[in-house]
Order: sequence, then structure tokens, then C-alpha cells
Amino acid sequence: MTADPMTDAPPDGSALVVEAFERVAPPLTERTAAFWTSGADGVLRIARCHGCGRYLHPPRPVCPACRGRDVGFAPVSGRGTVWSWTLNRYGWVPSMPPPYVVADVELVEQPGLRLLTNVVDCSPEELRVGLPVKVCFSRAGEAYIPLFRPEAGDGAG
Amino acid sequence: MERAESRAVISGVGRSPIGRRLGIDPWVLTADAALAAIADAGLTPDDIDGVSTYPGAFWSTPGITGAGVDDVRAMLGLRLRWHSGGGETAGQLGSVVNAVLAVAAGFATHVLCFRTVWESTAQQGFGSRSATLLDGGGTADRPVRFGRELAQWTTPFGIGYPCHAALDMRRRMELAGATREQFAQVALVSRSNAARTETAVYREPLTLQAYLDARMISDPVCMFDCDVPVDGSVAFVVSRAASVPDPARAVTFEGLGSASGFDEAAAMMWSRTDLKPVDVDVAQVYDGFTVYAIRWLEALGFCGPYEGTDFVDGGTRIAPGGELPLNTGGGQLSGGRMHGYGGLLEACLQLRGEAGAHQLDSGPQVAVVTSGAEQFTSSLLLGAPR
Ligand SMILES: [Zn+2]
Repeated sequence: MTADPMTDAPPDGSALVVEAFERVAPPLTERTAAFWTSGADGVLRIARCHGCGRYLHPPRPVCPACRGRDVGFAPVSGRGTVWSWTLNRYGWVPSMPPPYVVADVELVEQPGLRLLTNVVDCSPEELRVGLPVKVCFSRAGEAYIPLFRPEAGDGAG
Repeated sequence: MERAESRAVISGVGRSPIGRRLGIDPWVLTADAALAAIADAGLTPDDIDGVSTYPGAFWSTPGITGAGVDDVRAMLGLRLRWHSGGGETAGQLGSVVNAVLAVAAGFATHVLCFRTVWESTAQQGFGSRSATLLDGGGTADRPVRFGRELAQWTTPFGIGYPCHAALDMRRRMELAGATREQFAQVALVSRSNAARTETAVYREPLTLQAYLDARMISDPVCMFDCDVPVDGSVAFVVSRAASVPDPARAVTFEGLGSASGFDEAAAMMWSRTDLKPVDVDVAQVYDGFTVYAIRWLEALGFCGPYEGTDFVDGGTRIAPGGELPLNTGGGQLSGGRMHGYGGLLEACLQLRGEAGAHQLDSGPQVAVVTSGAEQFTSSLLLGAPR
């Protein structure tokens, strides 16, 4: 799979967040590198079947809907809603101090297109199922980890 | 064609000591359970011609597997015509489903099925619970590497297994009005069942207030929503129905569901029997987290989607003497995480009337047992010896 040439959205530095801790970097493989490095220009890209237009995540080389083999990466709006969330209080990763919010975010592009992620810049009191959020990124090694924050707080909503 | 279910039975059950930080060689635990099950069936190791296990010997998080098929073959001097071990089965009890299929197909006559864990001792030895509970696993010196492809979708975000259960719980609380008091009922009923079960791990009383005050792991999942890692081994002998020495103690298979998914596994099981949910006398559902038990009750058709928390509300319906006694040996929440094998053992004891101090007065004739969650699931409908 290859990344589509960038078609919109100029580089957007505000989408990059700097955190006080280091995340574990995912391995960049042929299958997933385009997803993990997509945030370098502030744009989230999701694997998409060129045959039927369906998005798929995590990236796979075959479209499960039409079995098409022509799967690439397409830019998305980065907007979604919180499908569910939890305030994690356990230190699963030594470098990542709790508490932090883990969420499943459903992207606006397609029902059921969900990403496990963290919601940042948001107090737990404000969080709710259905909260509109927008993507931002945190560097980890060569990867740009897609995170989300409330859309209103982003100034873009 | 005769169904596979009617060709096989559970002829013997066995268990090792099961507990916290036993510090016992997991092969010793395995031998305890295996030899007990073979003797319980009225057989000797020379009669065993098949072995099936979940997940078997492979690199894994510490303690998740204590022995493999070949460890047991060599240790017990078995001569095998059929053997199978693996993690991508229909839930942990997919290993038992596989044994039924092998027996029904004539590949084996008496299959030893076992599950051995030593997570409690391993977590002590490796010094970190987090290392053993992170998706993808690792060890204390290599804590968060990517043990498998899947881990890259969770580890960069600091997601441990309980976070997934928490997401399900939170969505139910916000969209369906589920309450922590309702999830608590699964934990409270399990604990009061454990109090009557000599072999359970946590037997001291648990109150609703203690549940509500408990330390949060991944809010709303608290400590008491999580099952307890233990050391131990449980084994069964699955035999050709026509070849069991003592049919009067053989537990029957009424229907098996091996489909991928809670709902799909349960639906497949019901499609293979004339029995209905109303016929079930006791349920042993997989309770790695309280919300998994709720999810299984819904999948099995005891209530509708997102109605599971109302179903268990107040606890009386799922307590002994209630409409559907649940996890009567304490489940994994209070009895220890034997990964579905504990539930199947409890179901067999109840159906044979051998559960001792916690035997249900009703004399259950039909039991349902489930294992696993999400994509790796199985559902087993069992009958009392006839
Ligand atoms: Zn397609």
C-alpha cells in the first residue's frame, strides 16, 4: 500500500501536541507506516478501498466489504465523536503516568469507523459519549500518534 | 448424520490446588489435574489417546500458559493419535470443542483436555502486574515491546485489557442507564457463592459499599470488576459416549457454539439443540470482567441487548434459588481466573450433584457454560448424566 499524494490541508503545526512524557513508538511496517506517519503534515489518513470507497482500520491489504485489493491511504477530516471513554488510573506503560483518558472515537466519515486513542485537553467532567472531537498528534519516535481533543476547544469547531 | 454432541461426553474432571502465589511448578499442577481427571473417568493414562489444550506452549505473557501438549505427552507417557493446542480457538473452551470433534470423527477415544495457569506466581516473579496485562505482553525487562501485531493499536495509548471493558461499561452507563450498583451484583453474588465454595480463592464477604469504594483501575472498572489471576490447573476427559466406564457420571453435550462473537457463538449453540434459555438451570458465564458476564447473559438470550444490567439488578435472580443461578462456584471474579475451565468444572460438579456445600438444591439438569470474549468465544450447553 502507498500513501496517496496529499490533496488538501496545508501543514498545520497546531495539530501537534507536546507531552511531558514519552509514548511507546509503534513499529513502522509496510502495512501500517503510512498511518503512523500521516500526522507529519497535520492530516490523519485512513486506509481506504479504491474500489468501493470503504475506509478500514486497522489497515489491511484487502477490503473486507468488496474484497478489492486496491487499498491505499486517504486523508480524512480528523473529526469524530466519542463512542465511549474511560479514565484510566493504572500505569500500564512505565513511561506514561496515569490518570489519562482512553477513548474509542468514531470518525465522521463512516459509521463504525473507530480508533482507540486518548482524549487530551479535556477534563473528565466534560467527557461524554457523543462529544465531538478533532484529531491532533503526538510524536513518538518516527510516528505521529493520533490523539483527539474536544472540537470546540480546538478553535476549529 | 448424528450430531457430534451426542457422540461425546465429559467422563472425568480433575483439578490441582488453585490459589494465589502457590509457587508450585506448573507441570506439577498440570499432572495433579490430569491424573485426577483420568482417575475420575475410571481410566488410566494408557487409555488416553488424545490431548487438547488452550493455548499450549508458546512465548507469552508470564504465567498465561503452564504446559503444552507435548509436555504432557512426555510427562505422562501418553501414546497419542490426536493432539491440539493453540490460542486462536473458540474461546479457551474451544479446546474442549476440538476434543469433542476429534472424538466424534473417530480420531480419538479419550481426550485429555487441560488448562494450566501460573499468573499469580509469575506476576510476583516478574515484579509487575502491568507487564502481564498489557495487550501484547512483555516481561519486566522488556515491558512494552510488541508481542503481536495487535499491540501497536493499544500500547502507544497506554491501553490495558481493563480499558476495553471500561469502554463497554461506560457506554452502557451513559446510553442505557446502567449503574455501578448493577455491575456490582455480578461481583457480590460471585463472592457469596465463593464463601460456600471451599476451593474458591476470595471467600471473605464483599459488601456493595466496599465495591463502590474500591480502587479504580480504569474508571468505571474497579478492582472488583476484574477477575483474579491465580496458579492452578483444571482438566477433563472427553470420551466417546459408547466407551465410558461409568455412564452414570458422564456429563452430556446438548449443544456447542464455536462461532466467532458473543452473539454468534450463543446463537450457534441454540441452533444445535431443542432446548431453550428457559430450560437452563444454572449458568457459568465468562467473567474476566463483570461486563463480560452481562454481555454473555444478553448473548445467550436470557435478556435483550443492553438489558443485562437490569436482569442482574438486586442480585436475587442470579443468586442460588433464583431464576438463573450464576457462576455458582464464585466465577473467575472470586474463584480465580481458570479461563473458562473453572466454569466448566463447576457446571460438571453441579450436574453430577457433587458440588458439596454449594450444590444447588434444585438439582440442575441443564447448564450453560461460556468462555472468551469479543472474537474468541464459545458456548456449551451441557446435560446431567442419564
Ligand atoms: Zn472495497
